[in-house]
Amino acid sequence: MSDKPEKTGKTGKTAKAGKGERPGEPEGTAGAAPRLSVFKTYKLYVGGKFPRSESGRVYEVTDSQGTWLANAPLSSRKDARDAVVAARKAFGGWSGATAYNRGQVLYRVAEMLEGRREQFVREVAEAEGLSQAEAAAQVDAAVDRWVWYAGWTDKIAQVVGGANPVAGPYFNLSTPEPTGVVAVLAPQESSFLGLVSVIAPVIATGNTAVVIASERFPLPALSLGEVLATSDVPGGVVNILSGRTAEIAAPLAAHQDVNAIDLAGADEALAKELEIAAADNLKRVLRPQPVDDGGWSATPGTERLTAFLETKTVWHTTGALGASGSSY
Amino acid sequence: MSMEKPASAFEYAPAPESRAVVDIAPSYGLFIDGEFTEAADGRVFKTVAPATEEVLSEVAQAGEADVDRAVRAARRAFASWSALPGSERAKYLFRIARIVQERSRELAVLETLDNGKPIKETRDSDLPLVAAHFFYYAGWADKLEHAGFGRRTTNGHSGASPRPLGVAGQVIPWNFPLLMLAWKIAPALATGNTVVLKPAETTPLSALFFADVCRQAGLPKGVVNIVPGYGDAGAALVAHPDVDKVAFTGSTAVGKEIARTVAGTRKKLTLELGGKGANIVFDDAPLDQAVEGIVNGIFFNQGQVCCAGSRLLVQESVQDELLDALKRRLTTLRLGDPLDKNTDIGAINSAEQLARITALAERGEAEGAERWSPACELPSTGYWFAPTLFTGVTQAHTVAREEIFGPVLSVLTFRTPDEAVAKANNTPYGLSAGIWSEKGSRVLAVANRLRAGVVWSNTFNKFDPTSPFGGYKESGSGREGGRHGLEAYLDV
Repeated sequence: MSDKPEKTGKTGKTAKAGKGERPGEPEGTAGAAPRLSVFKTYKLYVGGKFPRSESGRVYEVTDSQGTWLANAPLSSRKDARDAVVAARKAFGGWSGATAYNRGQVLYRVAEMLEGRREQFVREVAEAEGLSQAEAAAQVDAAVDRWVWYAGWTDKIAQVVGGANPVAGPYFNLSTPEPTGVVAVLAPQESSFLGLVSVIAPVIATGNTAVVIASERFPLPALSLGEVLATSDVPGGVVNILSGRTAEIAAPLAAHQDVNAIDLAGADEALAKELEIAAADNLKRVLRPQPVDDGGWSATPGTERLTAFLETKTVWHTTGALGASGSSY
Repeated sequence: MSMEKPASAFEYAPAPESRAVVDIAPSYGLFIDGEFTEAADGRVFKTVAPATEEVLSEVAQAGEADVDRAVRAARRAFASWSALPGSERAKYLFRIARIVQERSRELAVLETLDNGKPIKETRDSDLPLVAAHFFYYAGWADKLEHAGFGRRTTNGHSGASPRPLGVAGQVIPWNFPLLMLAWKIAPALATGNTVVLKPAETTPLSALFFADVCRQAGLPKGVVNIVPGYGDAGAALVAHPDVDKVAFTGSTAVGKEIARTVAGTRKKLTLELGGKGANIVFDDAPLDQAVEGIVNGIFFNQGQVCCAGSRLLVQESVQDELLDALKRRLTTLRLGDPLDKNTDIGAINSAEQLARITALAERGEAEGAERWSPACELPSTGYWFAPTLFTGVTQAHTVAREEIFGPVLSVLTFRTPDEAVAKANNTPYGLSAGIWSEKGSRVLAVANRLRAGVVWSNTFNKFDPTSPFGGYKESGSGREGGRHGLEAYLDV
């Protein structure tokens, strides 16, 4: 992990005019000049690649003290549409993968994240203004959440599906299937644990996702793209956009090739507006849900898995084995 | 085999079911809080027999004020109904199931009169399924903690027993009036909700007779309220602020309107909407059985079925053989008096629906598809449409894309299973599909790839209370039937 920082904060970055000094900025003293660190250009994650916004726009992201952290891409409608195309393209392969395989891939995400733990602790602490310990708890819980959902991939069908004892000579089986492309408005406050808590259940069952990162705290989400890219998650399965939530969400809610939308990151007015737009092609809508007292720390139920599942029921004719032979 | 039909030798004598088993009153009120009452503004509408255009009865027409009164009655009843032990609610539902069975001949004749569908179908399909549905959900009422739905809490922990939502506003269509009522009311009551149900304006009678079944069963007043009326009554019900749950079966256009109405509210929504089901026949299919399945798929209930197999996808190599057999079979279908026990094809439900079917069929011809119907004499009164096939249909044709909701089958062809799947899925709908093949692995592989909520392999249009029913994409959301059907009425 070459980008692992020495201490909190990227050292050596010069504060922008008008802003206070960054935490961790080395004091300029006599002697050897301090080494200038290398900044990261935060980019979107779409179709397994890391593009800038096609609009060329960025917006300033600051820490809780108002200190500049980075310029994040300010995604456009076109970025949203490109992400939907990528997510649709990935859907066949990902939904067709075995549940066991998807479980292994999700577990791999946890492994990769564990290795980058300190980076995410720093990013979450800076973004949300948490102490190191608080941020570490968030990141640890996020890693564990990937593990939790990794285990669900090959169990949810047994919990919510099954054979139906119909009154006739039929083998009747109901199985859950992924809905398709899901637009996800990540929670605004919980930049990483909340984010992981909404992405993992969507993709665990074979959906693909277009995720809008927390508007104020987008950096942990954009860094998650780097983790996903190195975790055997096929390109396009998760696409991450940063920018103004309302601006990006509107075209996604109205998009005819999006099958569902998770409104976790929408306020009441935006949620209603998006739900109305989503009715145009009858997207599955998960309205904003109450968050547990611990801010996403409670073990989830299965609701976020089942919200984006369809039930397919197949009637197979069994006929009867008798003197009459095959009978349909 | 000869195609010659010595018609006279095979004439059927009329075999009408007796109308005497049903006593239709000249007028009916709204059923609110256990009483039949007039509409607040005194409005009424007539319901006619589609086969004869005879006026069957005059029915009070609910408006916004009546819907409000019904919702308030349901709200008042909710506290005690939801507090009843599940085992007691179960017994009410078992009573209802038994009374429906006892009165099934009466209700079948009534439904055939008001809807126009053949008595063969109401007697052998609708009514048995209605009773079975109540019987099935009766058994769930005291077992909800075993249904696998925890109770949601803000801390994410699951509680013991899931709770009902409250007042359910339910709007149902005219194609299976009593069966759709059963699909709505049975799970709602089993889970402890109370109900305001709006039947369709062309078929209000069986719901009003059901009110009498509730009276006989001793159901507490206000638990079930029936408000016949038009779209405005449905809209008022869906928009009512004290309704906690909305369930709708009907057209996709209205379903979208309802989804917009409930946006931003707490209301839980389930929708069962339109379809354009593909019935896929492979070259290794048992063709005689497939022909029966195709006929059932599109001519059952005059094709006025949301899950109808309205697109026949036939593999090119068996196209000629299959279509010959299908046409031969269609010449034997008997269209006419729905009360005749030999009738296969009854009346179209309304003049409005007939006009819609007629217009879409004309569009099919105008766009260049080839139209065919068997020689078929239509009665001079009533609303009738002959069984119709379109061949030479492409995916761009209107008759391949739009739901016709009538006895009109569009025939398309394919060469490979991939092409069949691609064509089957090429629709904004996703309700039903059929697969005809003797090869098990092919059936399973194709079924896996179809984006449809119900798939029938080597059969079609089978229904069962234990089997979840509902669509993908614009065919709606949520499931009715089975354990899955409980979820729509529980706070989970």
